[in-house]
Amino acid sequence: MGSKEPLLDSRDFSPCAVRIRVRGQVQGVGFRPFVYRLALELELSGWVLNDADGVEIEAQGDGAALETLLSRLKNDAPDLAQVDEVSAVSVEVLPRLGFAILESRSGHAHTGITPDAAICPACLSEIFDPANRRYRYPFTNCTHCGPRYTITRHLPYDRPNTSMAKFALCPACRREYDDPLDRRFHAQPNACAVCGPRLTLLEKDGQLIESDDPIAETVRRLRAGQILAIKGIGGFHLMCDARNAETVARLRQRKQREGKPFAVMLAGIASIAPWVICGESERQLLEARERPIVLLQKLPGCDAAMPGVAPGMAELGVLLPYAPLHYLLFHEAAGRPTGTAWLAAPHALALVCTSANPGGEPLVTDNAEALRRLSAIADAFVMHDREIVVGCDDSVVRVHKKAPSPLMGEGWGEGERAATPLPNPLPQGERGQTALARVGFIRRARGYTPRAIKLPRAGRSVLACGGWFKNTICLTRGDEAFVSQHIGDLDNAATCRSLADTVQHLMGVLEIEPEVVVHDLHPDFFSTSFAVGFARQHGLPVFGVQHHHAHIASVMAEHGLAGPILGLTLDGVGLGTDGTAWGGELLRVDGARFERLGHLKELALPGGDRAAREPWRMAASALNALGRDEEIERRFLHSAATAVREMLEKNLNCPTTSSCGRLFDAAAGLLGVREISAFEGQAAMLLEGLAQAHGPVAPMNAGYIMQGSVLNFLPLLERLADTDDAGFGAALFHSTLAHGLAEWVMAARGRTELNEVVLGGGCFLNAVLRVELSRLLNLSPLTLYHAQDVPPNDGGLSLGQAWVAMQEFPC
Amino acid sequence: MTHGSGGRAMAQLIEELFLTAFDNEYLRQMNDQASFQIPAGRMVMATDSHVVSPLFFPGGDIGCLSVHGTINDVAMAGAVPLYLSASFILEEGFPLADLARIVESMANASRQAGVPIVTGDTKVVERNKGDGVFITTTGVGIVPHGVNISGDLARPGDAIIVSGTVGDHGVAILSVRENLSFGTSIQSDTAALHGLVAAMVAAVPGIHVLRDPTRGGLATTLNEIARQSGVGMMLRETNLPIRTEVRAACEFLGLDPLYSANEGKLVVICRQEDADALLEAMRTHPLGQDAALIGEVIEDDHHFVQMETAFGGRRIVDWLTGEQLPRIC
Ligand SMILES: [Fe+3]
Ligand SMILES: [Mg+2]
Ligand SMILES: [Zn+2]
Ligand SMILES: [Zn+2]
Repeated sequence: MGSKEPLLDSRDFSPCAVRIRVRGQVQGVGFRPFVYRLALELELSGWVLNDADGVEIEAQGDGAALETLLSRLKNDAPDLAQVDEVSAVSVEVLPRLGFAILESRSGHAHTGITPDAAICPACLSEIFDPANRRYRYPFTNCTHCGPRYTITRHLPYDRPNTSMAKFALCPACRREYDDPLDRRFHAQPNACAVCGPRLTLLEKDGQLIESDDPIAETVRRLRAGQILAIKGIGGFHLMCDARNAETVARLRQRKQREGKPFAVMLAGIASIAPWVICGESERQLLEARERPIVLLQKLPGCDAAMPGVAPGMAELGVLLPYAPLHYLLFHEAAGRPTGTAWLAAPHALALVCTSANPGGEPLVTDNAEALRRLSAIADAFVMHDREIVVGCDDSVVRVHKKAPSPLMGEGWGEGERAATPLPNPLPQGERGQTALARVGFIRRARGYTPRAIKLPRAGRSVLACGGWFKNTICLTRGDEAFVSQHIGDLDNAATCRSLADTVQHLMGVLEIEPEVVVHDLHPDFFSTSFAVGFARQHGLPVFGVQHHHAHIASVMAEHGLAGPILGLTLDGVGLGTDGTAWGGELLRVDGARFERLGHLKELALPGGDRAAREPWRMAASALNALGRDEEIERRFLHSAATAVREMLEKNLNCPTTSSCGRLFDAAAGLLGVREISAFEGQAAMLLEGLAQAHGPVAPMNAGYIMQGSVLNFLPLLERLADTDDAGFGAALFHSTLAHGLAEWVMAARGRTELNEVVLGGGCFLNAVLRVELSRLLNLSPLTLYHAQDVPPNDGGLSLGQAWVAMQEFPC
Repeated sequence: MTHGSGGRAMAQLIEELFLTAFDNEYLRQMNDQASFQIPAGRMVMATDSHVVSPLFFPGGDIGCLSVHGTINDVAMAGAVPLYLSASFILEEGFPLADLARIVESMANASRQAGVPIVTGDTKVVERNKGDGVFITTTGVGIVPHGVNISGDLARPGDAIIVSGTVGDHGVAILSVRENLSFGTSIQSDTAALHGLVAAMVAAVPGIHVLRDPTRGGLATTLNEIARQSGVGMMLRETNLPIRTEVRAACEFLGLDPLYSANEGKLVVICRQEDADALLEAMRTHPLGQDAALIGEVIEDDHHFVQMETAFGGRRIVDWLTGEQLPRIC
């Protein structure tokens, strides 16, 4: 409550009246009917309306009832609402009759649009109830669930401004929509089989598949081993039977995706149990309305049951159905049971569920585009006529495991299966934040976008354009930062255009006019030229933020820090202020300024970015640094081995880098884990998997050297070069790396007397390294901060850039 | 070669070297300028300074390169090159024998091209104030009536054609400079293209754009044209003529042949319906035997140059600010 002074005296039974202001995400989430029902229950008179600042209420009745109202507004708010503030002032007692929901007062909205939410339990039971008029209707939703962000063209969030505009409500749906006591009162996407969107089945050539029952036909085809392109909430998925090895291999071949793991959709928790380890935190996350893909530790039988789905990975990405359509597929496969109890039993159907984004281009969202771009991949299409306005990939998360207590003397990740503290599926907001087990983002998109991240203070509106890989953009307004959905890698024109479109769309739905524009220091990123062009066009100041400064600032932003702090970035490469490629940096960050306190010993990148795709080149680089050049050709039978040795000896196209990611590649190459990465980060992921399987080992004695501010792991690499056991080598690498880094940080802490340490950069997605390093650092009285509401990788870069800009341009 | 007072004799020697090698009626007049009649029409003029290391490379040397480079710049307007000037900056101590070789090569290139060097100048700078030799050449030429070729005339739907294999010169230079054990068989493609251009203009007078993708390679040239014309481009990787040795060397080095320099290649943009006639005219000329249709101009307000890769994906062929900086995070 905003005011501290007691506004009402609960002993006073004479009528009083208050005007209440509610701020937060309170529109389009059934807040007014909620207030209406409360008012009826508490026998209050007055009114409620939406306006630019949120919800305004005038309520009159006895003091105790009003007090109850005020507390319940906050505590019993509808699922999708996020109440930031409830404040009240006394007003004159008037003759009032009943309680009314008044028309919205238009104006400059500050309430934002809510993310998309998975179908709610009430709607779920309707679609499995043969007596319900929405039985098996795949577009069922209510004010507590359904699409929001992905169907909204512009504000205010009203049906005509969404892609539901073209569907006229039938009388039955209209009654629900108009009835304040109905769960569907003003549910903008409200629909039924009579008036709403419909499914269509098409052959891959676009020919209509005549079928009385498209859902039954879809399941029949999935079971027959077909690959289906299925239009969901944020875009098309490619789905197929995860247990059919031949089909999965065909999907890989058609999608030209070698090795990269697929996620699997299963009916419910019971269906997951045989394949992966799922603790309470994981369960809550899987069932949360955001319905992300959750990475879970595989059980022994998993790979055999789903061959080729996530080869070589220790984890499997799992998600539960979230669109009614998804549920209806499992319902059909289960023989159309009545009610929802069947979901608690295990079901055999497992569907590979991968974004339909051929060639790394953005997710396909449009029907015609799907036919054009997916006809070489899909055997058939499941489409519908509700347009997806904004594409939104599935989010990918993992439960951050708590570092084991140092007193237990344990290594990483032991005994963490049933982490008791609740995860925080709703990172911002009223659900209570827990300090231990937490959601860690790998990709933040559907279900979370465009939820605001609260900043430590307000400032100018910033547009931050991010980097190049896994890009997002960020817009700020006041003390809120809005990080866009995952946009993708800016190496193709379609993704670049999608960046430009996302900026326009987010500016529109958030009603933000940026005042400052920021970008990465790399001159060749599209995000950089876009930022410069945007700033020029709008006459705005624009500047570049160093990549790793932004990584640290991203974590600082969400933890409300301004510095000075110590920042440790373990990353791939990002351009440094000296024009070289950084990536293993110890920084002192203070507001908009930073200082490079130290870095990992540089290694040459023979062939520039090619060395990032070919870990054997980094191994060759390490051998060269160790004076063991002559081994390069013997170890690597690659046709370029001689050339790479020559390049290293002549320093030809061998830019250097202090990157930690490339150190992982070097280790993977030396251990023979992987010579060429099929996808970005594969070598490091395999190395992590090996380390996890091997279990903890003691760090290597003298495995690193601290040369002034430079941390040199060449002794460790030398040892790995002579290690035959890749599992042991991988474990030794992680352990020694963590110890070296911890000692390095501690030394810097001693020098700088800074006791807060922020960890950022893509390498922190590596759970073994993160857990072990955190454990070691926690042995001393430090405060550690990790990325939490955004990914630690480049997906979080834009938030950090924005926070730096806000400090560079204080109001 | 020396500088200062003792240098006078030397300067004389050099002068004579040039006079004998380049010998023509204009130089013989011994004036400080060349004077000549020019035919009626639109005249073009281009200048280029040549700095290359090493000075001698497989397929050529700085001498012929400096003649070809400027002739090509003139020819890219569709013009007939007429006269050249040459200016030398020599570093004290530069071996006279090398100079003689360079000058001989220039003279041959000029004679073969039929474009005389009609005026010139030489300066000698102190040791360590130059890099052996720098050569600046300037050329003038006349554009045939009815020909209008310019970088801003590419239109959506137009065909993009390249006259032969790309990336040869850059890789050839690199492999000798760095004394690489691979890529040694690669020769520079340095050549004067005005003959090819004349044949092309004769076949298709309505050519829209002509350009020689020298420094920065094909990628940079196409990006320049895309921006100048306000269009986008879509290239097909499988259609790009690239020598196997060049492709392999680039793969080893982690370089993209599209950014590697060419000194005897041109890229031409014309209406789609003229493409066949143009390709035929090009392929009958010795310098255009490997001419290939590599893509088309498309509408694009971002002016992206894109490429359909051999795997069916699409990637942006960036306009790089400088060198190929690492970016993979
Ligand atoms: Fe990064
Ligand atoms: Mg020039
Ligand atoms: Zn619902
Ligand atoms: Zn209806």
